[in-house]
Amino acid sequence: MKNKIILAIFGVVIVIAALDSCSDSEAIAEGTVLPDSVSYNFNIRPIFSDKCFKCHGPDAAKREAHLRLDIADSAYAALKETKGAYAIVPGNVDASELFKRVSSTDTSYMMPPPNAHLGTLTPFEVQLIKKWIAQGAKYQKHWAFTSPVKAPLPKISDDKWPVNAIDYFVMQKLDQLNTAPNEAEDKERLLKRVSFDITGLPPSIAMMDKFLADNSDKAYEKVVDQLLQTPQYGEKMALHWLDIARYADSYGYQDDNIRSQWPWRDWVIHAFNKNLPFDQFLTWQIAGDMLPNATQEEMLATGFFRNHKYTEEGGVIPEEYRVEYLVDKTKTFTKGILGVTMECAQCHDHKYDPFSQKDYYQMLAFFNNTKEAGYEGDVSTSKPAKTPFLVLGDTDIQKTLSFIHKKDTGMLTISVMGELDTLRKTYILNRGRYDAPTVEVNAAAPESIMPFDTTKFPRNRLGLARWTVDKSNPLTARVFVNQIWQDIFGRGIVKTTGDYGMQGELPTHPELLDWLAVDFMEHNWDVKYLLKEILLSATYRQSTIATKEKLEKDPENKFYTRGPRTRLTAEFIRDMVLASSGLLVPVIGGPSVKPYQPAGLWESATSGRGVLATYKQDHGEDLYRRGMYTFIKLTVPPPSMVMFDASNRDQCEVKRSKTNTPLQALIMMNDPLVLEASRVLAQKLLVQNADQKLQISNAFRLIVCRKPTDKEMTILGDYYNQQLQQFQQKNLDANKTIQVGEWPVNDKADINHSAALMKVIVMIYNMEESIMKT
Amino acid sequence: MQKEIFEHGLNHNRRKFLSQLSLGIGSVALGSLLIPDLFSNNNPDAIMAGLPHFAPKAKRIIYLFQNGAPSQLDLFDYKPKLQEMFGQDLPASIRNGQRLTGMTADQKKFPLAGTVFQFNQYGKHKAWLSELLPHTASVVDDLCIIKSMYTEAINHDPALTFFQTGAQVGNRPSMGSWVSYGLGTENKNLPGFCVLLSKGKGNGQGVYSKLWSNGFLDSFYQGVQFSSGENPVLYLNNPDAVSKADRRNMLDKLAELNDENYKTFGDPEINAKVQQYELAYRMQTAVPEVTDLSKEPESIIKMYGADCLVPGTFAANCLLARKLSENGVRFVQLYHQGWDAHGDLPSQIKGQCQDVDQASAALITDLKQRGMLDETLVIWGGEFGRTNYCQGTLTKEDYGRDHHPRCFTVWMAGGGVKPGVYGETDEFGYNIIENPVHVHDFHATVLNLMGLDHEKLTYKHLGRRYRLTDVAGNIVKGIIA
Repeated sequence: MKNKIILAIFGVVIVIAALDSCSDSEAIAEGTVLPDSVSYNFNIRPIFSDKCFKCHGPDAAKREAHLRLDIADSAYAALKETKGAYAIVPGNVDASELFKRVSSTDTSYMMPPPNAHLGTLTPFEVQLIKKWIAQGAKYQKHWAFTSPVKAPLPKISDDKWPVNAIDYFVMQKLDQLNTAPNEAEDKERLLKRVSFDITGLPPSIAMMDKFLADNSDKAYEKVVDQLLQTPQYGEKMALHWLDIARYADSYGYQDDNIRSQWPWRDWVIHAFNKNLPFDQFLTWQIAGDMLPNATQEEMLATGFFRNHKYTEEGGVIPEEYRVEYLVDKTKTFTKGILGVTMECAQCHDHKYDPFSQKDYYQMLAFFNNTKEAGYEGDVSTSKPAKTPFLVLGDTDIQKTLSFIHKKDTGMLTISVMGELDTLRKTYILNRGRYDAPTVEVNAAAPESIMPFDTTKFPRNRLGLARWTVDKSNPLTARVFVNQIWQDIFGRGIVKTTGDYGMQGELPTHPELLDWLAVDFMEHNWDVKYLLKEILLSATYRQSTIATKEKLEKDPENKFYTRGPRTRLTAEFIRDMVLASSGLLVPVIGGPSVKPYQPAGLWESATSGRGVLATYKQDHGEDLYRRGMYTFIKLTVPPPSMVMFDASNRDQCEVKRSKTNTPLQALIMMNDPLVLEASRVLAQKLLVQNADQKLQISNAFRLIVCRKPTDKEMTILGDYYNQQLQQFQQKNLDANKTIQVGEWPVNDKADINHSAALMKVIVMIYNMEESIMKT
Repeated sequence: MQKEIFEHGLNHNRRKFLSQLSLGIGSVALGSLLIPDLFSNNNPDAIMAGLPHFAPKAKRIIYLFQNGAPSQLDLFDYKPKLQEMFGQDLPASIRNGQRLTGMTADQKKFPLAGTVFQFNQYGKHKAWLSELLPHTASVVDDLCIIKSMYTEAINHDPALTFFQTGAQVGNRPSMGSWVSYGLGTENKNLPGFCVLLSKGKGNGQGVYSKLWSNGFLDSFYQGVQFSSGENPVLYLNNPDAVSKADRRNMLDKLAELNDENYKTFGDPEINAKVQQYELAYRMQTAVPEVTDLSKEPESIIKMYGADCLVPGTFAANCLLARKLSENGVRFVQLYHQGWDAHGDLPSQIKGQCQDVDQASAALITDLKQRGMLDETLVIWGGEFGRTNYCQGTLTKEDYGRDHHPRCFTVWMAGGGVKPGVYGETDEFGYNIIENPVHVHDFHATVLNLMGLDHEKLTYKHLGRRYRLTDVAGNIVKGIIA
């Protein structure tokens, strides 16, 4: 279908479209092979969910003809509106009204009806349904809502390839695709890959040389262990969590004044570095304040739920915003931690997933008992934290919370969670409106995920935390291991990282996902262990070479026919530039900083009120901190980050896109940071060693993390000589070229050589490979 | 047919195409000449069968957003009753339980405040306009004045977000993103969706980049902030010491380096990257050309007012909007701040009108004289209206007005709208009595004018097919020519 249409549009593309091989799901959609046994979970439900559940699904209010197809009993029952007919008669295709309608072309009879704008089923989908009914129309519980179990390792074609269990599951699919894994990646590229995956930074030349020289079997594992011990590991791991937690340095909304949640961010880094087991990591953040004899650290962790936006707009109706904040907390919890789209049930029963509106408000009720107000006054009375908040003095920090990088004396206040003494009632809100309460509900988690057993779990946030990290919870571990996997491979085993429901994509490797999830829990939710398993796998260590065959069989690399080749995350692009040039100031944590930014951005978008109306750029060390410490003003997030797809931190985000745009090219060519780093690195190399080839090749190694090839050296050398001549002949202005950034110019380096080498380095930074994890 | 399917197919094919040629970088340039759209991804007109869904009346939009909410009662919606009943309390039967903002909810009285400005009728349709809008009056026969807009939000942030994204909260795609997603741009060297900011002297409410965010759409569709200053697009300008020829030289060498890598790894993304550098290079020429206002003739400068030569003013942005539109930019979004007059309204609104009246009217005249008005939809209005009663102390000369979501005025011109006055409010200017237009209806209608069916322009995200109009919206047939 797709191909046909493209044909019609571009005559020229005919050949390409015809050559285009499809991924497996597309192959199924193209209708080549019907499976021997049609599975409800894998074959039928995706069709039903996309095309039928909108009107015949869980949402009672929108249900047509009293028919729901998501439950067997209802689907098998006599139809209320068509006498003597049945939607589905197991084993009898001809008697099944559903089949007749989805296979019909009569617009007054067919399903889905044209006015539903859902499109029609493909002929292959119709055949699948036919076979499924013929085979007995067996329903199954949704895969993601059953607890994961470890499957036995599959038989594979080459027992010598696997390093660990991961590789068995991966090779099973490669065997099915009739393709072999790639060779192991060369050492230089592998080191770059693993260094970015563990620390978000490139390896130093010393590390490269050491690793290249180490020919022992354990050389790679040694490097992995070393990197896992660096404090930069915590920074790297924290970044994804900050997206989930929508961490920012301002309150958002119109006036968007400053707030101080950064000590919570410092805690996240610290928690990853001390390898706090993930179940505790979650428990503290969900309900640290409610633990017996809660420590300051445990209370600080609950800042997680206070990172969302707060309005300071004059004249708002407090209850409207108090409810809005509950909605945000509920969304962050259900999307970021449970991987479900429960927010859809705020106004009505969920259209696809088994979450009623009641389920939604029962979940929201867990967060409804805090001391938080909907409104504390306008921007003129703004404070760095809002009630309830934690107050930390110097002694607290010196004694127990030394991971907080505090710069001055004075008290720190951080918004955290804190319960009321009495129970605030929670109601279902009609259409989700704050001023339309209907039926009262009690706090509980959705039955369809895992019953909230009140003999085990108290009906409060602490109960919710316990329920979340209960080993029978089918989602928590799967969702987190999948997020980690996504971070490394650029794509989750479940591609829809935020949606494990009916409309989410099915896992490409369900047994692998479950194996990882169970193994993670069996190892006491040890995050470093999980990461190391993945990084040591042969799957991960493959070279990224994409042959024609592999591009055809696996264009998106979702079967791991080759190693992961993905663009660096926005923050790590900045970090790479700073680290390779030697400018990076590796201080961990502290108040966020304001490096160079194009003039006028904050000023043109501000209301003019509050302390963030104008951008006051920092100087000195604060110009050279890692990207994750760049100040995030919600209404005007840092542009160079956002252009590289960083989260704007407006809402909980579980996945960043990786786009490729001309604006990114402009940043790499013209951002003063890249230019300054190039100049500083050029002068450093010039002063270190007079050998021009060595200067270029060292710059290349620092940035691209491998030695240049002869051909590359020729291109770079030619460019250098050409530029040097231009500067020496005054065709180009060397002095003007190097005057960029606040880092002092080194007078010991010759100005023309500085400018020429600087331009070579700018070009290296602009190589595609430089900002790729290779 | 779903657009996403085509996009996926196209991306897929683009990669495929590159990988199968295996001829390296040179062939990319050749290929892009042969089939530009395959590479630029910039002209989904050609990509999408069935889009636009029907013949469009407008090809482009210029949206002059008046951020902070101008008072309809002092500009468009003439209510002599409020002058007659000056100082008397708003009857409870009229307020009818309407919620108020925290700023006036505690007021003991709601004294009616008639406007201090003179109103007169203008044009074929005898439209009432305030003395503050003399230039607008001169183009009134081109305007479709909708007096019966209403919204659900009562505070700036949610109301503005609602107008721009179809939802009060959340990170949904902006209207401009939806339109460029649906229709692409006509000029592949410029972004399809451009944003221009300016500020008046009145009480301001900030804007925020979420308003022009692509939300869950590809970031290709996000609004790109433009200015008429020296660096019209962020990071656009080469450093001073780098000439155009110098940049070209560097890009050629860079392409050689990238080609080396492509030969080894075969990742089609490598070539796609090279292509983006080429597009950036073309933008470096195209953008300064379009943002350079210095070559505009005297007559144009006079029409927009002298302010149009001052970068960052509303007048300069109107002129820039015309140029962008003329160069094929699909959606130009302006924001002008300063309309939030809770107090001191008569003096503040005077200043605001001085900023915007002449340039708004000039834009209409200018588009018309270039034969562009027919296919360019111009929209003018704020996020809600203002109350008929006074906030704070009422005197004969001075008053303030609070937020009022129940009725307000927006005008449109060109692009297939029917000039005239649409909708009516009650004699207090408090409730709509005829032809209400909800924000969703407004969106449905604007998309319709662009040839898009608001129920069919969808994007599937996290399991749901999202629309600009959510699950609502009716086309306002009465304003379509």
